[in-house]
Amino acid sequence: MVAEKLLSVEGLSVHYITEGGTARVLDHVGFSIRHGEIMGLVGESGCGKTSLARAILGVLPGNAEVVSGKILFKGSDLLRLAPSEAEESIRGRAISFVPQDPFTSFSPLFSIGEQIRTLMRWKSPDRKPGEKVYGSGRRKRDRERVMAMLQAVQLPDPEGLLKKYPHEVSGGQRQRLMIAMALLPEPRLVIADEPTTALDVTIQAQILKLLKRLITETGASVLFTTHDLGAAWEICDRITVMYAGQEAETAPVQSFFDRPAHPYTKKLLDSLPTENSPLIGIPGRVPSLLNPPAGCRFHPRCTSSTEICHHKQPDVTEMGYEHAVRCHHPIMGGGQ
Amino acid sequence: MRMRRLFRDRALLIGTVIISILVLVAVFAGPLATFPDHVTGFDPNHRLKAPGWQFLLGTDRMGADIYSRLLFGARLTILIAVTATGTAVIIGVPIGLIAGYFDGWASEALMRVSDIFLAVPQIVLAIAIAQTLGPNIQNVILALSVTYWPFWARLVYAETRSQRNEVYVEAAKAMGASPLRIMVMHILPNIAGSIIVRTTIGMGATILAAASLGFLGLGAPPPAPEWGRMIAESREFLPQAWWYATAPGIAILMVVMGFNLLGDGLRDVLDPRIRRGGGDGR
Amino acid sequence: MRILVLALRRIAWMPPTLLGLIAIVFTISRIIPADPARVIAGENASPAQVEALRQKFGLDLPLMQQFMRYLRDIVNGDLGISLYSQRPVVEDLLGRLAATFELAIAAMCLAIMIGVPLGVVSALHRNRWLDQVIRLATMAGLAMAAFWLAILLQLFFSMTLGVTPVQGRIDGWGPDQITGFYTIDALINGDGETFGKALRYLILPTATLAIPAAATIVRFTRAGVLNALSSNFVFYQTAMGLPRRTIIWKYILRSAFIGTLTQIGLVFGNLLAGAVVIETVFSWPGLGLFAYNSILQSDYNAIMAFTLFTGSVFIVVNLLIDIAQTLLDPRTR
Repeated sequence: MVAEKLLSVEGLSVHYITEGGTARVLDHVGFSIRHGEIMGLVGESGCGKTSLARAILGVLPGNAEVVSGKILFKGSDLLRLAPSEAEESIRGRAISFVPQDPFTSFSPLFSIGEQIRTLMRWKSPDRKPGEKVYGSGRRKRDRERVMAMLQAVQLPDPEGLLKKYPHEVSGGQRQRLMIAMALLPEPRLVIADEPTTALDVTIQAQILKLLKRLITETGASVLFTTHDLGAAWEICDRITVMYAGQEAETAPVQSFFDRPAHPYTKKLLDSLPTENSPLIGIPGRVPSLLNPPAGCRFHPRCTSSTEICHHKQPDVTEMGYEHAVRCHHPIMGGGQ
Repeated sequence: MRMRRLFRDRALLIGTVIISILVLVAVFAGPLATFPDHVTGFDPNHRLKAPGWQFLLGTDRMGADIYSRLLFGARLTILIAVTATGTAVIIGVPIGLIAGYFDGWASEALMRVSDIFLAVPQIVLAIAIAQTLGPNIQNVILALSVTYWPFWARLVYAETRSQRNEVYVEAAKAMGASPLRIMVMHILPNIAGSIIVRTTIGMGATILAAASLGFLGLGAPPPAPEWGRMIAESREFLPQAWWYATAPGIAILMVVMGFNLLGDGLRDVLDPRIRRGGGDGR
Repeated sequence: MRILVLALRRIAWMPPTLLGLIAIVFTISRIIPADPARVIAGENASPAQVEALRQKFGLDLPLMQQFMRYLRDIVNGDLGISLYSQRPVVEDLLGRLAATFELAIAAMCLAIMIGVPLGVVSALHRNRWLDQVIRLATMAGLAMAAFWLAILLQLFFSMTLGVTPVQGRIDGWGPDQITGFYTIDALINGDGETFGKALRYLILPTATLAIPAAATIVRFTRAGVLNALSSNFVFYQTAMGLPRRTIIWKYILRSAFIGTLTQIGLVFGNLLAGAVVIETVFSWPGLGLFAYNSILQSDYNAIMAFTLFTGSVFIVVNLLIDIAQTLLDPRTR
C-alpha cells in the first residue's frame, strides 16, 4: 500500500552566497511526504533542515541560490511557480507554517485578533482566488471558524484573547495560537519548524500532542523539523536524518529507532542518555558547508569509514521496506 | 591590508578627500588666494562683480574677492570647529567617565545637568551666551562648547556603564589599579572608537551652528571672512548678486557633508558592534 | 491605569527640568557677565541709568536672593520689560508663538509626508541605485545651512520665477484671529482668497524648514524599516503568504514609525531652533524674528526671555510627544 506522494523533493541543491564563499546548504537532497503523514526532519543545527523548510515555502534568504532540483507539490514544481502565484495560493493556503519562536513571530503592535483577522482576510478557505474585498458575510463565517479553532487548540476565553496583545499571553498560548493560525486556512501541508524548541519542557509535550491530534483530524500532512529525537519519536510516522546538507537516512519511525542503518543515525541514537532529552555531542565537528569534506560528508567523524569514503560520495541505497540510506557501509542486521 | 579595508568604504574615502582638501586649503590659503590682502582690505572700484577671470567667484559689497575670502574662511571654520568641539570633548568625556564609573548622587546630578542642557535647542542657548559675551570668535567657541559638551557626557556615560562590569575592568581592579588608572588606561581606550565617531560628526554640527551664529551677526565681527556672515551680507544684493551667497553656501555644504561621511565611514571601521557582517544564512 | 502612572512620572520630571533651565539662563545672564546691569542697560546707558537698573533688579543683592526674586518673577509670568519696545516681553513672545507654531507644524507635517515614504522606499531598495540617490539627498539635506537654502529658494521661486512672495506672512490684513494660524483661521472664516494668500506666504519657509527635518526622518525610517524587515514577524507573515503590500504598509510601517516618533521630539526642537534663522530670512513674524531683532538692538532682557520661553516650549512639546509615543506602543500601555 504505497500511498500517493503529496510533496516530493528531487535533487535539490541550494547555495548561500556569503562573504566567506559559497555555502552548499542543500546538496542534492531528495525526500517525500505522503498524504496525511507526519514526516520528521531531524539533525543538528546547521544541517540544512530549516533551509529545506524555507525552500519548500519559497522564502529562502536573499543570498540563496537554487542551483538544481525540483520541489513537486501535487505534481507541479513549486520552484517554477510565479512568485505572485506562490504568495496567493501556496503559502499560508495549501502549505502553511508554524514558526520556531512564538514570542517574536507576532507583531507586538497589533492585537492578536487583528493579526488573525489579517490572516483570514487573505487566507480564509472561503476566499476566492484574487478576491480583494472582505465582505461582511465572509467576515462573519471567518469569525465563527476562528472561534471554533481557538476552542480546538484548547485556548480559554477566546473572546478575551483576541483583544489582547501578544506580550500579554504566555509562550505556550502563543504557540497554540500559531498552530490555530496554521490550520485555519485548511492547508494540505503544515511546515512546523522546531515548533517546541522555544518552549518549556513541560509545555512541549502538550503542544506536540495537540499538533498530532489536530493533524490527524484534518488529514493534512506535516513536515516537522527538530533536533529532538524524543519529540520525533512521539509524533512522526517517518523520519529523515539530515547531515551537512544531505539526507543521510530515511525510515519509518519504528525501523528508524530499531534498525538504524547509517553510522550517523546510530551515533545519534547512542548519544541519547534517556528518552526526551536533546542530542548530546558526537566526537568531531559539524563540517563547514563552505568547504565540505570530499567523499562522504560524514567520514571524518565516522568510525567505520574506509578508503572509498574519502573520495567517493555514497549513493542512496534501499535497505528494505521504505528504508533508504546514503552510506557505503550501512549497518546491516538488527532483527529483520 | 588595513588600508584596503579603510578605503573599501566609499563614504570614508570621499569624507577623507573632502576634509583633506579643507585642511590643505586652510594651510595654503595664502599662496592659493588671488587677492590675499582682500581678507581685511577691499577695492571699492570692483564692488559686486560677477565671477570672471579676474575674480573667480565674483566680488562682494566691498569689492573684495570672494574666492580669496572663502579660502581664508576655511581657516576660521577649522579653528572654530576644532577648538569648540575639542573643548566640548574635554569637558564632556571626563564628566561622562566619572559619572559612568561611580554610583551615587554626584553622578546622578552630573547626568541630570547634562539632560537639562540637552532639553534646550543648542542654538538657542548659544545665542544667549554669545549675546551676553559679545560677538567675537572666542565667545562663539565658548558658546558652542558650553552647549555641546553634554552630547559627549551622555555618550561616554552610557559606554562606561556598559564597560565597567567587563572582565578586564574587574581584573584591573583585582590588580589594585586606582579608579583613575582604570578609567584612563582601561576603559577610555575601549570606548575611544565611539568618541572619535561622535566627534567627527559633531564637527559638522558645530560648523553649521557656528555658521548660523555668524549669519545672525553673533560670530566673528567684520571683516573676518566668516562663511555664515558672507551669506547674511548677500541678502541685500539679491537677486542681482546671485554668486555672493552661492560659494560660501556650497563650501559649508561640502565641509559638513565631508565630516558626516567621514564619521559614518569611521563608524564602520572603529565600532565593531555595528560593523557590517556577511550574509547570515540560517 | 498604568499609562496614567507613566504619564505622571514623565510630567513629574518637568518641574526639575524647567528649574534647571531657569538656573542655566540665570547663570548666563547674571553670573557670567562682569556687570549684569551694564549689559542689561545697553551700550548707550549713562552711569546713572545703569545704577538705577541695578537698584531696580536688585543686582546688588547676594546671588541666592537674586535667584529667588528671578524665580518669583518667572512664576508670576514676568519675564522682564523689553528695552526696545518698553513692553513686557511675555506679551511679545505669546503674540508671536502662533506664527512660529504654524510654521513649525506645517514643516513637521511636510517633513513626515516626504520623509516616511522616502525612508520606506529607500529601505526596500536597499543598496540599489534608488536607495543611493535618496541617501545622497539625505546627506545633503542634513549638511546644508538652512539659511542658505532659504536664500536659494527665495532667489529662484520668488525673485526669478515670481511664484511666491519674497517675505512676510500676509499682505493686507490677516484673517480674524481664532487660532492664530492664518491658514486655519481663513478656512474657519470660509475665506478662500485669504487662505490662498496665507498659503503662498507659508510655502517657502515651510519647505526650507522641512528639508533637513525630512532628511532626519528618512534616516530613522529607513533604519526602522530595515530592522523590521529582518524581524521574525515579517518572516512569519511572508511564510504565511500575506500580500507584500499589507506586510509593508501595515506592519512594517507601524513598527518603523514608533522608532521614528522617538526622534520627532528632537526634530521638532530642531525646527523651532531652525525657525530662528529661517524667520529672519523670510521676515516671518514669529519668535525667531523677534530673537533676531532683539540681537540687532542688543535687547538683552528680550533675548534671555526668548531663551527661557523657547526652552520651556521645547520641554513641554517633548513631554507631549513622549506621552503620545507611550500611548501608541501597546507594550508600554
